[in-house]
Amino acid sequence: MSRVLMKGNEAIAVAAIKGGCDAFFGYPITPQNEIPEYLSKHMKANGKVFLQAESEIASINMVYGAAGAGARVMTSSSSPGIALMQEGITYLAGAELPCVIVNVMRGGPGLGGIQPAQSDYNQITRGGGNGDYNVISYAPENLQETVDIIKGAFDTADYYRNPVMIAVDGLIGQMMEPVDLDKASQKRVMPAKDWAASGGHTGKDRRVITSLYLDPKQLEEHNLKLYRKYQEIIKNEQKYELINVKDAEYLIVAYGTMARICRSSIEILREEGIKVGMIRPITIWPFPEKAFKDLSKNLKEILVCELSLGQMIQDVKLSVEGRYPVSFFGRTGGMLPEPEDIVRALKKIIKGEE
Amino acid sequence: MEKVVYQKSVGLTNNDLSYCPGCTHGIIHKLVAEVLEELNLVDQAIGIASVGCSVMSYFFFNCDMQQAAHGRGCAVATGIKRVRPNNIVFSYQGDGDLASMGLNETIHAANRGENITVIFVNNGIFGMTGGQMAPTTLLGQKTTTTKEGRKKEEHGFPIKVAEIISQVEGAAYVERVSVHNPNFLRKAKKSLKKAFEYQQQNKGFTFIEFLSTCPVNWGMTPIQAMEFVSKEMMTYYPVKVFKDVGDENA
Repeated sequence: MSRVLMKGNEAIAVAAIKGGCDAFFGYPITPQNEIPEYLSKHMKANGKVFLQAESEIASINMVYGAAGAGARVMTSSSSPGIALMQEGITYLAGAELPCVIVNVMRGGPGLGGIQPAQSDYNQITRGGGNGDYNVISYAPENLQETVDIIKGAFDTADYYRNPVMIAVDGLIGQMMEPVDLDKASQKRVMPAKDWAASGGHTGKDRRVITSLYLDPKQLEEHNLKLYRKYQEIIKNEQKYELINVKDAEYLIVAYGTMARICRSSIEILREEGIKVGMIRPITIWPFPEKAFKDLSKNLKEILVCELSLGQMIQDVKLSVEGRYPVSFFGRTGGMLPEPEDIVRALKKIIKGEE
Repeated sequence: MEKVVYQKSVGLTNNDLSYCPGCTHGIIHKLVAEVLEELNLVDQAIGIASVGCSVMSYFFFNCDMQQAAHGRGCAVATGIKRVRPNNIVFSYQGDGDLASMGLNETIHAANRGENITVIFVNNGIFGMTGGQMAPTTLLGQKTTTTKEGRKKEEHGFPIKVAEIISQVEGAAYVERVSVHNPNFLRKAKKSLKKAFEYQQQNKGFTFIEFLSTCPVNWGMTPIQAMEFVSKEMMTYYPVKVFKDVGDENA
C-alpha cells in the first residue's frame, strides 16, 4: 500500500488495530490523547473493546484482567501515568501476562511538563515496580518504525508472555510523517494460550493467574524461570541500527528523537571530514550490547546523547566495558538541541576539552 | 444403602482452607461455591482473589481464578468481563482491600454498571497483616494500630461501603448480609444467588457485603466473635437491601 501522511499518535492507534489489539484501556494524559480518541471510535467499529478507565491504576489492572483472560490488550499513557502503572506492570511481568504499553514520554520529575523527553529510560529499563523483572522496550525514531514495531508487539508479548513497552517521546507522538500502515511485519510461530484464565476449566484443568509464591523456594524457582526467559529475550531481541560505524573515530549513541537530530549532526561532521558514526538502539531493554562488540580499531571516544541528564549512558558504559572513554551530551525538561549543539559537543571532545 | 444428605460443593476444590478457626471466610466460600453450583455456573465462572487473607481463595474456588493487586479487584474484573462478556465474573475482596485501597475502582465499576458480582467481606480489621485498623473498624474497637480503641477525632468513622455503593447510579443490587447464625446464613445465600442471577440477566453491578469475623485478631473465641457481629457490627452496619433494580416496590 502507498504511504499516507499521519499524526504519530493516530498512526500508533491504527497500528494497534492492525496488530490485532482486542481491547484498550486508558486514561487521558498529554501528549498521547489522540491514541484513545482514535481508538474510542475505531475499536468499537471493529467489534473490539475500548474503555476509558478512572485512572492509570485502573487502566493497567483492567489490562491485567483482560490479558489474564487471554485477550490481546493495550494501554497508552505518558510518563507520570506510566509511573502510576508500575505496580500493575510488575504484576503483569510476575504473572507472565502479555500486553502492549505505549509510553509517549514527556519531561519530569513530578508533574514536569508536556514537552518531549527521554528521562524515563531508567524507569522503563530498570523496572519502576518491585522485584526481578524486565519489560521488552522499544524506542523507535520515526513513525514507520513505530508502526511496524506496534504491529508486531502483540505477537512479541504473547510469544514471551511478557509486557512490551513502546517508548516514544512526545515529538514522535505529535508530529506528522508519511507511513505505510500495511508493511509486512515479523511473524512468529505463536504458542497456544493454554494458560489463560478464560473460564470453562475446573478440577485439575483449572487455570490460575498469580504472581504470589509464599514459599521462598518456589519464588526463587519462579524468578529463575523468568530470568531464563529474559536471557532468551536478551539473546534474540536486541535491535539496533549502525550508521557509519566502520571507519568511525568517534561514535554517537542515541535513540528516538535524539537519534534523528544526531543524524543531521553526523552529516555536518562528515562533510568536515570528521569520521563519526552512530549506534542507534531500537530496543532499550534488552539493551543492544551486541552493537558494541566489534567496534572500529580507529575508535577514539563515544558520545552518548539523550533528552535527559544521562540515563542510557550507564548501559553504554556497561557495554563498552571501559574500552573507550564515554562522554555525554543532553538536554532535559522538554528542550531539544540543534544538530549544531551536538557538533560543538563532539568537537570539544576532539580538541580534548572534555 | 447410605444416602448422601450433604456433601462439599463442586464449586470448591479439595484443597484445605487456610483460614483460622472461627473465621467466616470458609462459610462465605461455601455459599459462593454452592450458589455457583446451583446456578450451573462453576465452569463459566472466573473469580478474582484479592490481597489479604482471602488471597488464597484461588486455591479454593473450583474455577479459573486471577489474583489481583491490592484493591484492584473491580478493575481486574472489568478487564475480564469486557473481553469475556459471556463468562460469570466475581471479585472476592476483604475490607482492607476494597474499602481502603480499592474504593475508587469499586465505585467506578459500580458507576459503569459493570456486569460483575462483588463479594465484599467486612470483618473490620486487617487480618492477614496481623490486626491493624481497617477503615471499617468500629469506634472504640482495639487493633494493633489503635491500641486504645478507634477514636473518631483521630481516625474518622467506620466506613459504610454498601451504603456508599447504593448511592451510585450504576449499581443494580446492593445488600449487606451476615452469616453469624443459620437463619442469617440462609438469607445471605438467597441474596448471593440473586446477585449472580442478576449478572446472568445482564442487570449490571451487584454487590453483597458480608459481615465477617476475625476471632484471632479481635482477641475473642469464635462464639464471642459471632456475638460481636450480631450485637456490635449489625448495630452500626445494618443488614438489609440497600438497592435492588429488580424490586418494583423499592
